Amino acid sequence: MTRIAKRPPLGAFTLASDRWTEPFWDAAEEHRLTCARCGACGHFRMPPTPFCPVCRSQSIEWPTLPGTGTLYSYTIVERATLPGTEHTIPYVPAVVTLDGADGRRMVTNIVDSAIDAVRIGAPVHVVFDTLEDGTVIPRFRLGESAA
Amino acid sequence: MEHGSAAGRSTVSTRFALRDRTAIVGLGATPYVKRGHSAPQTLEELVGKAIIAAANDAGVAVPDIDGFAYFAGGFDTGYLMETLGIRDCGFTASLTGSGGGSAGAVGLASAAILSGHAETVVVVGAVQQGTLRYGAIPTSYAASPESSFYQSAGLVGPGHMFALLARRHMHLHGTTRDHFADVAITVRDNAVGHPTALMQKPLTRDEYFAAPMISDPHCLYDFCLETDGAVAVIVTSTERARDLKQRPVLVHASAHGGAGEWARSIYWMDMPDETFASSGHAAIARRLFAAADVDVGGIDTAQIYDHFTSQVLMQLEDYGFCGKGEGGLFVASGAVARNGRLPINTDGGQLSGGYIWGMSHVREAVEQLRGTAHHQVAGARTALVTGGPSNVPVSGLILRSDR
Ligand SMILES: [Zn+2]
Repeated sequence: MTRIAKRPPLGAFTLASDRWTEPFWDAAEEHRLTCARCGACGHFRMPPTPFCPVCRSQSIEWPTLPGTGTLYSYTIVERATLPGTEHTIPYVPAVVTLDGADGRRMVTNIVDSAIDAVRIGAPVHVVFDTLEDGTVIPRFRLGESAA
Repeated sequence: MEHGSAAGRSTVSTRFALRDRTAIVGLGATPYVKRGHSAPQTLEELVGKAIIAAANDAGVAVPDIDGFAYFAGGFDTGYLMETLGIRDCGFTASLTGSGGGSAGAVGLASAAILSGHAETVVVVGAVQQGTLRYGAIPTSYAASPESSFYQSAGLVGPGHMFALLARRHMHLHGTTRDHFADVAITVRDNAVGHPTALMQKPLTRDEYFAAPMISDPHCLYDFCLETDGAVAVIVTSTERARDLKQRPVLVHASAHGGAGEWARSIYWMDMPDETFASSGHAAIARRLFAAADVDVGGIDTAQIYDHFTSQVLMQLEDYGFCGKGEGGLFVASGAVARNGRLPINTDGGQLSGGYIWGMSHVREAVEQLRGTAHHQVAGARTALVTGGPSNVPVSGLILRSDR
């Protein structure tokens, strides 16, 4: 039987944001994947922070990315660390190199994909998951696009 | 006097000021017990017991302790002073971060002594996981704007984070689960028969591969133990150390911190490709060996922070015991076994001995250099101790027997 990557257990997770990260989550609500880019020198950074580490500028831009990327690394979680989350097994925390962001990566999950097909270098595309409280989280599926 | 060499000497005298001028003179510990089994003792009680034992071992009166050097935030010095009847304190400081500071806290104690802040400094680390498992420690931190980026991916514990690094290492270098098993089996072999170690049954390769997978590629035996306990060491000047009870173990070199590209590494996963599948110790290894008068070939035994088997391989690479990507082959060759050229974690380490947040490694290195270790490495004079792979700071320590 093909095992499918599930959603991770988020327990009591409540999104926290500040003026430097809010635009990322706002874009997700609009089903847009973005990445912070320095308005002065163009350096991408993730997660977003108050200063560009290259030029110290506080100018920040939020370009819309294509929403595709490459799987950089992953782990298949086979055992629930927290009691009561067994139904989320297996889930797949992953690091994805984002297309259009100069090699920046995002810590995320591979979801709705065959566990057996998960491999480093695989093309992935973004999907947007809405949590019960309305928070939208970008995650990824295997394959170059939804089609 | 030739100008170049004069400049060289002056650099040495300031930069390498630590070298052999302070010493570990006392060692104290509680028993290592399985998580939750130290109840009803309190954490502060475990800390106090380790400090009293360390002072007794050194032949130092507890009230004469006048400095506290910690890592991971440390403990409440005021409470410890009241509890233990310590008269006067001239130094109380902690390295930042978590277990990555364990080895470096000894260097912090040395800095306190050499700067004249204190004379008799205790370094203490303790864990009691009755209520919160360290395996789920990031869940205890309230979500912040920064942590929301990895907590939302279900990265519940360090085991998930380091599995991402391990998988990448396998992809880049052909490292296999057999190599992780080599570490687990070797370190277990050191635990068997060791009086302080929790795991007393040998681990076979079949048992390793039959164990449940936790966070692929890490199975049960790739994870360290969950332990309660405390370890303390007393540090003083080498001059004074030579008048005390025990054979001094000299603090030869110490370094803590790390490279900017590794700073939030395991939470942000934004390290450059060349260092992603590493332990983050390469920068510390450079500082440590630059401050030492030995190179990597001069290390007789290494007590390597083993929260995960895969991170042992990557530290062996980062300290230069083998080439980048060759950690798997190095352990498969038997080099890190007790009869190999670099015996590691001779007390069973954190994988099979007990997890005291890195302090058990300091303890075992001191035993080796005193010549009192249960699995004594013949002729061991110089030992490496590492603290963490974690976010910055990580740390390293070179200890040496006196004369
Ligand atoms: Zn910039």
